[in-house]
Amino acid sequence: MSPALSIRNLSKVYGNKFEGLKGISLQVEPGDFFALLGPNGAGKSTTIGIICSLVRKTAGNVAIFGHDIDIDFSAAKSNLGVVPQEFNFNQFEKVLDIVVNQGGYYGMPMKLARERAEKYLRKLGLWEKRNDPSRSLSGGMKRRLMIARALVHEPRLLILDEPTAGVDIELRRSMWQFLQEINRAGTTIILTTHYLEEAESLCRNLAIIDNGRIVENTSIKSLLKQLSREIFILDTRETIGNELHVPGYRVHRLDDHSMEVEIEKGRSLNELFEHLSGQGIHITSMRNKANRLEELFVSLVENGRSENGRGGQAA
Amino acid sequence: MNGQQQLTALLTITRKEVRRFTRIWMQTLLPPVITMTLYFIIFGALIGSRIGQMGGVDYMSFVVPGLIMMSVITNSYSNVASSFFSTKFQRSIEEILVSPTPNYIILLGFVLGGVLRGLAVGFIVTVVSLFFTELEIHSLAVTVSVVVLTAVLFAIAGFINALFAQSFDDISIIPTFILTPLTYLGGIFYSIDMLPGFWESVSMANPVLYMVNAFRYGILGISDVNVGVAFVSILLFIAAFAGLALYLLYSGRRLRA
Repeated sequence: MSPALSIRNLSKVYGNKFEGLKGISLQVEPGDFFALLGPNGAGKSTTIGIICSLVRKTAGNVAIFGHDIDIDFSAAKSNLGVVPQEFNFNQFEKVLDIVVNQGGYYGMPMKLARERAEKYLRKLGLWEKRNDPSRSLSGGMKRRLMIARALVHEPRLLILDEPTAGVDIELRRSMWQFLQEINRAGTTIILTTHYLEEAESLCRNLAIIDNGRIVENTSIKSLLKQLSREIFILDTRETIGNELHVPGYRVHRLDDHSMEVEIEKGRSLNELFEHLSGQGIHITSMRNKANRLEELFVSLVENGRSENGRGGQAA
Repeated sequence: MNGQQQLTALLTITRKEVRRFTRIWMQTLLPPVITMTLYFIIFGALIGSRIGQMGGVDYMSFVVPGLIMMSVITNSYSNVASSFFSTKFQRSIEEILVSPTPNYIILLGFVLGGVLRGLAVGFIVTVVSLFFTELEIHSLAVTVSVVVLTAVLFAIAGFINALFAQSFDDISIIPTFILTPLTYLGGIFYSIDMLPGFWESVSMANPVLYMVNAFRYGILGISDVNVGVAFVSILLFIAAFAGLALYLLYSGRRLRA
């Protein structure tokens, strides 16, 4: 089966000579939930723009399910749905009309477009708002409207450019659930996000892009394996004394009832708990100090920059 | 996309355009009717009664075809210019650009929207004109074909204007400084027979003159120009403008980064 997305030697030089992409290659398999990560200005939106033909590429090839966007434009586009970063619908149009019209642009008969619009507006909790002008929706509703619009033709590949930016936690969780649901149903999803816990929770594979280059392209699992140590915060029932010492572990007291423990990757936690228990300290809860993926992301981007002689310059 | 799907996409764009100009009819349909009614009253009834005949007919009958044509030209142009620029400005054009809709369907859809508004305003102005004069159609085929082709031509011109425009000012410059002078000097209010020889020759270079006169021929049977030449010139302009619009769309200039 052809990959859901195949990018080969893709480059983009803007009119002001700025190199947005420097010959990137990438492949996303059908059914994947893929994260495209990178700092602001790294080239994520340029890549998405080229895939959906809003940005003209300078060189390279892009194929969607085997359909080259230059040669088989229509088939490539029919397989693709895009949720952009910025709101890009007519603010004066009604919610239902926006989704139904999008179906029309894909050549869907009006009846089918209406049925699909109802299906996705209901799933995304917007059906009650169908006759409201889009400008009257809240920010979260507008994001969901763009998702419903991108799904009306039921694409096999859905690309979301920071879909949860500025969305509250509850809504973000419900959007995650929805995206996982359509991914399980067979839709390949590519997601760009600044929330790394989002990528860690949802995605199986990822690419990190910085300064127009792919600096990492692997599975989330194998990336997380690169971590050599983890820091946990433990909350205790008993008061922790100032002289807390656990042999073989670097322990740092935070306050009377919490401590920070640095643990080498792969080392058992049982020994730690036994030591603490022996000192009469019982653990009531435990959590990671920082998002693991975030630590890796920062180190990968910094490594990539120092290799390119950029010395950590912001993109 | 197969033919049926392309037709669906075309109807979607056209329906959306028609909904737009009918939803805001106070801005799109009413003002030109009021303006033309004032023209009928002032130039036709008040001043026209003192002018007497022009081109062998009374002045009111003479100006009516020109005023109908003027409303068709300005409305078909401004509808596409403002609508397409608004979709660019709000970035809702991306809804169509990410879809498989071919560029020629995008052009055709917006042009049809402009043509329908131009014809809708032209029809209303024609109905209003019946309160001031009697209209007997000399040639229905010439009347209809000229008005439709002219609306198509100016709708495409409005599309090109919107493609190049980067601000709302840019879509008012062409109508103000080019379209209005060409229209007013296009034989709406006078016959070019009245002009001195030099200015008569200069007027012959004005494409609007041919459209107005061909339309006047269709209604009254009189024209300052050869109607065949008028048709050829309109068709040539349509071909040239449509070619330019499609070239710009396919090249992605001003639409795709």
